[in-house]
Amino acid sequence: MSQSPAARAWARFKKNRRAYVSLWLFAVLFGLSLFAELLSNDKPLAVRYHGQWYWPVLQVYNETAFGGDFDTPTDYLDPYIRDRLAEPGNVALFAPNHYGANTINEFTASPNPAPPSSANLLGTDDRGRDVLARLVYGFRLSVLFALALTVVGTLIGVAMGALQGYFGGRVDLILQRASEIWGSLPELYLLIILASFFNPSLGLLLVLLALFGWMGLADYVRAEFLKNRQMEYVLAARALGVSNARIIWRHLLPNSLTPVLAFLPFRVSGAILALTSLDFLGLGVPASTPSLGEMLAQGKDNLDAWWIALSTFTVLTATLLLLIFIGEGLRSALDTRKG
Amino acid sequence: MTLLTVDNLTAAFGQHRAVKGASFTIAAGEKLALVGESGSGKSVTAQAILRLNPDVTLSGRALLDGDDLLALSEARLRRVRGRDVAMIFQEPMSALNPVQTVGAQIVEVLSLHLGLPARAARDEAIRLLARTGIPEPERRVDAYPFQLSGGQRQRAMIAMAIAAKPRLLIADEPTTALDVTVQAQILALLDELQRDFGMAVLFITHDLTLVRRFADRVAVMRDGQIVETGSVAAVFADPAHPYTRELLASRPDPLAERHDAAPVRLAVDGLSVSCSRRRGWWRKEAVPVLQDVTLAVPAGRTLGVVGESGSGKTTLALALMRLIDSQGQIRLDGVRLDALKGEALRATRRDYQMVFQDPFASLSPRLTVGDIVGEGLVQHEPGLPPAERALRVAATLAEVGLSPDALDRYPHEFSGGQRQRIALARALILKPRLLILDEPTSALDATLQKQMIALLLKLQRDHGLSYLFISHDLAVVRALAHAVLVLKDGRVVEEGPAAALLAAPREAYTRSLVEAARLGDVSLAAPLT
Repeated sequence: MSQSPAARAWARFKKNRRAYVSLWLFAVLFGLSLFAELLSNDKPLAVRYHGQWYWPVLQVYNETAFGGDFDTPTDYLDPYIRDRLAEPGNVALFAPNHYGANTINEFTASPNPAPPSSANLLGTDDRGRDVLARLVYGFRLSVLFALALTVVGTLIGVAMGALQGYFGGRVDLILQRASEIWGSLPELYLLIILASFFNPSLGLLLVLLALFGWMGLADYVRAEFLKNRQMEYVLAARALGVSNARIIWRHLLPNSLTPVLAFLPFRVSGAILALTSLDFLGLGVPASTPSLGEMLAQGKDNLDAWWIALSTFTVLTATLLLLIFIGEGLRSALDTRKG
Repeated sequence: MTLLTVDNLTAAFGQHRAVKGASFTIAAGEKLALVGESGSGKSVTAQAILRLNPDVTLSGRALLDGDDLLALSEARLRRVRGRDVAMIFQEPMSALNPVQTVGAQIVEVLSLHLGLPARAARDEAIRLLARTGIPEPERRVDAYPFQLSGGQRQRAMIAMAIAAKPRLLIADEPTTALDVTVQAQILALLDELQRDFGMAVLFITHDLTLVRRFADRVAVMRDGQIVETGSVAAVFADPAHPYTRELLASRPDPLAERHDAAPVRLAVDGLSVSCSRRRGWWRKEAVPVLQDVTLAVPAGRTLGVVGESGSGKTTLALALMRLIDSQGQIRLDGVRLDALKGEALRATRRDYQMVFQDPFASLSPRLTVGDIVGEGLVQHEPGLPPAERALRVAATLAEVGLSPDALDRYPHEFSGGQRQRIALARALILKPRLLILDEPTSALDATLQKQMIALLLKLQRDHGLSYLFISHDLAVVRALAHAVLVLKDGRVVEEGPAAALLAAPREAYTRSLVEAARLGDVSLAAPLT
């Protein structure tokens, strides 16, 4: 049975139970969070009212459509609308959790932040928003942001490292010095300054963090390229008349990606942490965006509302742990000296 | 009197048993050679005696004066290691600690096992270095391993090993990493020290000529078992086991001379290569690596290039392949290769190909054999349909003796000999006229070496290929080359027809190479049978 090196690495990864289970758990959690609108939403998924089907998740209906008085978008948590929808013959199919990320529960039994109850399973934050809903959306946002940052940072890092390592000499010297100067810029101050110029948004954060996040990886890729370009299989390819681009793509890149792959999960967890810290410091995304960092800041401000800090901390820790377990498994799976 | 008795020794890495019930004895003051091909378990056996490898599960007995080394406590074993039984390794650069001076490493042994005070230990270390033939020992005692030559490093290793006057010295391929002339010196030194100290030596090697030169008795190992033991004279004269006979017959036969003329295929005139070295901050200085090399390879013939490491052999190959910059003319069938650049040069590359020394480094581990061998076709015949390309790859693999089911497999699934065949197939698929072979057999065991030589000869006959064959092994050169060129320090020292030149070298340097290769009484002209 002939197995490619990738297939053998996957077989080694599967042998590591903890990493394998972590990967599955993370994949399931992330997969579910991609459908957060179906899991946690203040709008019903489907409504049958007076013999007609409505799809509030996809379309905005005004209250007048459901017998309300106002020509404004429906608040499906309003007891009056609830009563209308509960009339015989009408059907309203709600998501398991009845709140969106920014839904304010105006009807909590106790003042906000309200402790966990049957209405808000993990309580509400200090503005009356459902903690569970914000966690689900915040988790999704963090992971998506981290994945995007990792992909962009890795692409830049690999490209720069490959360029330096393959051509070496003067190209290497100049790019290496440039990246050292770039890397010694104080990143956090720059973020604070830029946050006062621009309205911070996810896109801006992505660009800024990616610009400062590629140097470490480029060093590894550069070292791998410097090592591998001396290998005889590269000489053999050059002797066959293979072009530089093709040598980099077909011969050097696949043999130089081991450190890149081994670092990927750690980079994802690092990116999650970076976004969380910036949000915590108030330098990150706008306050309306559901974010783990913003929730941690709330938890710090409302220490008596233990449910905010504790649940956010749990989600964050579990996510980072899963990623680190996956990373450990990946690292040993990519170690070709084993099996 | 028996010093060491190894009785039914097995050594296993997990499920894999590397040594399967090996038994042998060494008498005090005796030189026993343990000979076998790579993977036969000889190094594992040597390390098992001192339990050096913690990953190995051992069983059986290794009695040193009645003490079972395999059952000894770790603390007592530490007193045996280095004191009663010392070891020297194949690669002195990696066996010596690079950040400590050789003196400090010898002193460590002396103070550990003999309890010498610092001052006395240092004097003794200098004496030992002098004893092992290192010039200026007072100065060299403070040298770091990288400041010494390969031969001096191995001498320092030996000084370390004999520091505590061990009764048994285990030498694991102590000369394999060295040049032939240095090999002979180290072997002579070991022989002398063995006699002076009266110690027993377990000499591990794959090289039968060394066995014959050095050892009293020989144990032949194969697949984890000792298949034959006896005195060197008896085993060489009348080998009992078929495997021993196969090993003894694995010396390649010399090539018959050719007197008919052939047109010149590769003509090189005044080829020079220099690399630049930094002097100070900005100035650079050109260091010549190859100077004014002129050579010719006729069609369908082989030119052997010999010389020690550092003589510029590989540089010559890379320059001829136009993989590094050089000055001077390179003409292949009249075409000036040195005048071509870029796309024009790339187009000519199908006519001359190279096979590299290390079959493990020369194949990309992440491509299938089909991709590796077919790459030249993708590059030079891009119009070829994939199905036809696969057919051509399979045909070329068949030609080098590999079955077509190798196509979808990866290099790691093949042995060293098979990998070298894959590398050969990659070079052959474009039907080149000139093949540059850079030590293609030096990483292979003797029996595989012989098969490789036979394959190369057959390919040359079938396709009229010209070879430029680089090697440090004169027996292999004699088996393949019609003419020989001797390189020293980047210059051609001597050249001529192979048989005549190797039988009666004119230059002292060539003579020393031939002398060193003729270790023992194995003659180059008459192969061992």
